[in-house]
Amino acid sequence: MAGRFAAGAALAALALLPLGCKGRSQRPVSLVGSTSVQPFAELLAEEYHRRHGEREVDVQGGGSTAGIQALSSGIADIGTCSRDLKKQEAAALRPIEIARDGLAVIVHLGNPIDGLTRERVRRLFSGQVANWKELGGSDVPVRAIVREEGSGTREAFVHGVMGKVRIWRRALVQESNGSVKELVRGDPGAVGYMSLGLVGHEVKALRIDGVAPTSAEVTAGRYPLSRPFLFVVKGTPPPAAQAFIDFALSPDGQKLLAGEGLVGAQ
Amino acid sequence: MKQDRIIHAALTVVALSAIGGLALITAFIFKEGLPLIVKVGAGKFLLSSDWYPTEGKFGIFAMIVGSLAVTAGAMVIGAVFGLGCAIVLTQFCPRRAAGLLKPAIELLAGIPSVVYGFMGVVVLVPLIREHLGGPGLSVLASSIVLGIMVLPTVTSISVDALQAVPRSYWEGSIALGATRWQTTHRVMLRAARSGIVAAFILGMGRAVGETMAVIMVAGNMLDVPTSPLDAVRTLTSNIALEMGYAAGEHRQALFATGVVLFVIIMVLNAVALHVSRRRGERAAA
Repeated sequence: MAGRFAAGAALAALALLPLGCKGRSQRPVSLVGSTSVQPFAELLAEEYHRRHGEREVDVQGGGSTAGIQALSSGIADIGTCSRDLKKQEAAALRPIEIARDGLAVIVHLGNPIDGLTRERVRRLFSGQVANWKELGGSDVPVRAIVREEGSGTREAFVHGVMGKVRIWRRALVQESNGSVKELVRGDPGAVGYMSLGLVGHEVKALRIDGVAPTSAEVTAGRYPLSRPFLFVVKGTPPPAAQAFIDFALSPDGQKLLAGEGLVGAQ
Repeated sequence: MKQDRIIHAALTVVALSAIGGLALITAFIFKEGLPLIVKVGAGKFLLSSDWYPTEGKFGIFAMIVGSLAVTAGAMVIGAVFGLGCAIVLTQFCPRRAAGLLKPAIELLAGIPSVVYGFMGVVVLVPLIREHLGGPGLSVLASSIVLGIMVLPTVTSISVDALQAVPRSYWEGSIALGATRWQTTHRVMLRAARSGIVAAFILGMGRAVGETMAVIMVAGNMLDVPTSPLDAVRTLTSNIALEMGYAAGEHRQALFATGVVLFVIIMVLNAVALHVSRRRGERAAA
């Protein structure tokens, strides 16, 4: 019996160890959710930490739906989400739009095509176009790259482009903006979609319906593919979390986001 | 004496907790997964390749084929190179060098799988895309990465099996005038056969279960792959990719995928156990 007790006590001590270490300052605010929002939230968190020393914000990915689940089960203080809330989610939770993001359709830098209509993008992703030649491009097979089921970016894409049409089952599936971009960067036949704020210069974002994919056009409401970046909370968030949300919505926070290619919340 | 009893009791509890963990996991996976298999119908779940979770269509045929294809490819590579290593290490290599090489190969097992995956994406995938065609992310890329990952398992168990063959077999064969190679493949490999088969099967278990590296290099497409250059989705990557989002039936379907995986791995382990037991009996006889 004594042995068991000792072992139990040792385990309990181990479990308490991490808590003991963090005890000196308050528990960090935890954000969980969309991999699209993640880099921007990290940026906000860094700046926030720089300004307010002891206040820590812990940002994790996982996906929009995972963020909502983490929030609902009390694991996260704030869930981040890169799509509109679904009906049953909206009933219990409160979304706060911190910015809007364009959804860019990206191709390899060497691809001669600069712009497509949404209808043509739909045909590319539903497998009806097998070769770029059919759209006036070079003679290269089309390789569609999509995000995994449940991703906020995917849902925004399905909502804005695919409608009721199914995504081709031979499309490659990648689990983050980064890996979609990495693939498109190296593959002359690839076409993918990702957060406009993260596109950079290594891939080409296409004009959609004749409108250039820039944050100015998103702000003006002309670029047809955009979606909200949300911080989602349950009821009244803890004060530390509310302070971080206030920072994100403050002119300084918004300027930081605009500097990264996002469009400020109204 | 009292101390003895206490330690005995403590160790029993620790030992039981491992088995208890296995029992709990098994019960949980089946409890979560089986209702969906029953609801959809086992035949449809296993033999349809329509996986549209948002529409309530759950068929994992493409992923079963994917897992088997990737594993088969990995085993071709793992078996050829792993067995080759084991033969060299035990038969053709000075003992000193073997003492250095074997730990080096076993070090491969310590590299995190995400590193294998990353190497695959950065080095292997572009090579395949540029020289062989296709998207690069493919059955072939996954097989190569997994083949390297199972090398340490296959090699070290095969080495043990070959070393367990009595020295007198080798001496007898050499004394009869057989060359080293003749001795190796006619005598040593035959005598160690069941151990080597067990090595392959354990390696296969590792290949079927590997997730992270495969997600990164397999391309994860939903269709049944028709060529080694096609992308592929395995059972494990299906679970890991969608786990973060799944709720309700979708979540159950992922557990059901886990049930299928569980059965496959249990069968492999049972076969490995059976084969290596038979070896034990023969050695005793």
